[in-house]
Amino acid sequence: MRSDRVADRVKQIKGSGIREFFDIAQRMEDTISLGVGEPDFVTPWSIREACIFSLEKGYTSYTSNWGLLELREMLSDKIYSEDSVFYEPEGEILITTGVSEAFDLALRAIVNPGDEVIIHEPCYVSYKPCTQFTGGTPVSIETEVEDEFKLRAERIAERVTEKTKAIVLNYPNNPTGAALSKKDLEEIADVATEHDLLVISDEIYGKLTYEGEHTCFSALNGMKERTILLNGFSKAYAMTGWRIGYAAGNKDVIEAMMKIHQYIMLCTPITAQMAAIEALRCDDETAKMVGEYNRRRRLMVEGLREIGLSCFEPKGAFYTFPSIADTGLTSEEFAKRLLFEHKVVVIPGSVFGECGEGFIRCSYAVSQFEIKEALKRMARFLESCGVK
Amino acid sequence: MKEEQKAKQNEDEILKILEENARTSDSEIARMLGLDEAEVKSTISELEKRGIIRKYKALINYEKAGLETVQALIDVKLSPERGTGYDSVAERISKFTEVKSVRLVSGENDLLVRVEGNTMREVAHFVAEKIAPLEQVRNTVTHFLLKIYKENGEIYEEEETGKRLAVTL
Repeated sequence: MRSDRVADRVKQIKGSGIREFFDIAQRMEDTISLGVGEPDFVTPWSIREACIFSLEKGYTSYTSNWGLLELREMLSDKIYSEDSVFYEPEGEILITTGVSEAFDLALRAIVNPGDEVIIHEPCYVSYKPCTQFTGGTPVSIETEVEDEFKLRAERIAERVTEKTKAIVLNYPNNPTGAALSKKDLEEIADVATEHDLLVISDEIYGKLTYEGEHTCFSALNGMKERTILLNGFSKAYAMTGWRIGYAAGNKDVIEAMMKIHQYIMLCTPITAQMAAIEALRCDDETAKMVGEYNRRRRLMVEGLREIGLSCFEPKGAFYTFPSIADTGLTSEEFAKRLLFEHKVVVIPGSVFGECGEGFIRCSYAVSQFEIKEALKRMARFLESCGVK
Repeated sequence: MKEEQKAKQNEDEILKILEENARTSDSEIARMLGLDEAEVKSTISELEKRGIIRKYKALINYEKAGLETVQALIDVKLSPERGTGYDSVAERISKFTEVKSVRLVSGENDLLVRVEGNTMREVAHFVAEKIAPLEQVRNTVTHFLLKIYKENGEIYEEEETGKRLAVTL
């Protein structure tokens, strides 16, 4: 059998040694997991009910490649009313199978082999591999806890070359919970204009902002035409398993993304689209969830600090990213020992880029009871490490 | 934000937390809202003093506890009284310990009364003896409660939900 069965393009993506640890964590019983990356709320009943009704009525077919027009119209209204930026329902909005697909489409639509894409780290795990799949080159910019994990415009300017095609933005950020102010974003917008760059803005955690208001990047002056805005229903409406998201942007880019989407996905499942239509009608459920996350956020941050970990105060999403440097352990060692000795799952920060080493990601999308119990166990572990 | 607005907002937040779990400690509430514990304490005692927080009670599933009682919802049709309208008779009905709640409602009937007793006979007897004969009561309809699915926002038999993965990035 030939040895080159797997294509080079895929081979170049490094497999992660951490996967084995995650497999154990998935299987182990009686753990408390702060490793979750999705809401602990079930999708609100009115949304589930609307989906069941759609099935009863026989909505089981394909939809337009673009997604249901009604859904695109509602999204257009929603984005306009919340962020004052208008997207044409026909041609400027594409319904996708989650932001994951939208992200891949966006890159494939704009990146030529050899193009450079600027990505801030620590960051969500798919950004770099997706860039590599397109033949593009990811250019990492490390962000630091001392600067609240912000991507700074001047750092971007330093790394821009003639090959730079786009910047990826993900604020509020997974894994750090960092957010950028309007001013921070405007400075990035200036750099994008100066160097004629596109911006892929993954704003999936935008609704989960606890301090100040989230600013939609494409709403900034002149940014609509440069931005591919990505968002979805997973986090704000507790709909992770439905796999539904959307991309909004300039007609030519969205058209290009649709071209790929129609051949690989055809359309997003109609059931999820019907549910999404209902989700847009019940925004107050989101407000309730945000209130609860905010209470948990404070419990978690104060709790982590109390047991001796220095912890950056997250402004959005549902993650804390405390430093474990004082333990003298690597992130991976810390996570493994915490799981095996105290049955608490956390994610080693190193998974999100080299600069995530020395940190762990702890999600507060878990009940208050679980937060308190996990903190107790972590306190015992830290004592055994000689911290506090 | 103005001082007053801020205070009102804190009150509302505290009420929300206590409504969900009346046993949340002052220090936990303080932590969740980013306030001083002393501030939380004084706000709560103020809310108690003003009668906004009436009581801290447990929501008990009596069926599970094996302490099941018989409950009935009674529709009561009234002739309003000159001067006091429905108030005096409603207050009168409220005073019976067997009566757990009394609500004035719109529609065909006027009061919706929840009565509790040890047996069906006892409840029926109570309605016949104490409520139906009242001068202003024109008619009663008794609905015996067969099963509670949801009370005070809590679903008694929680549905089974899918298990989340312990790790998602």
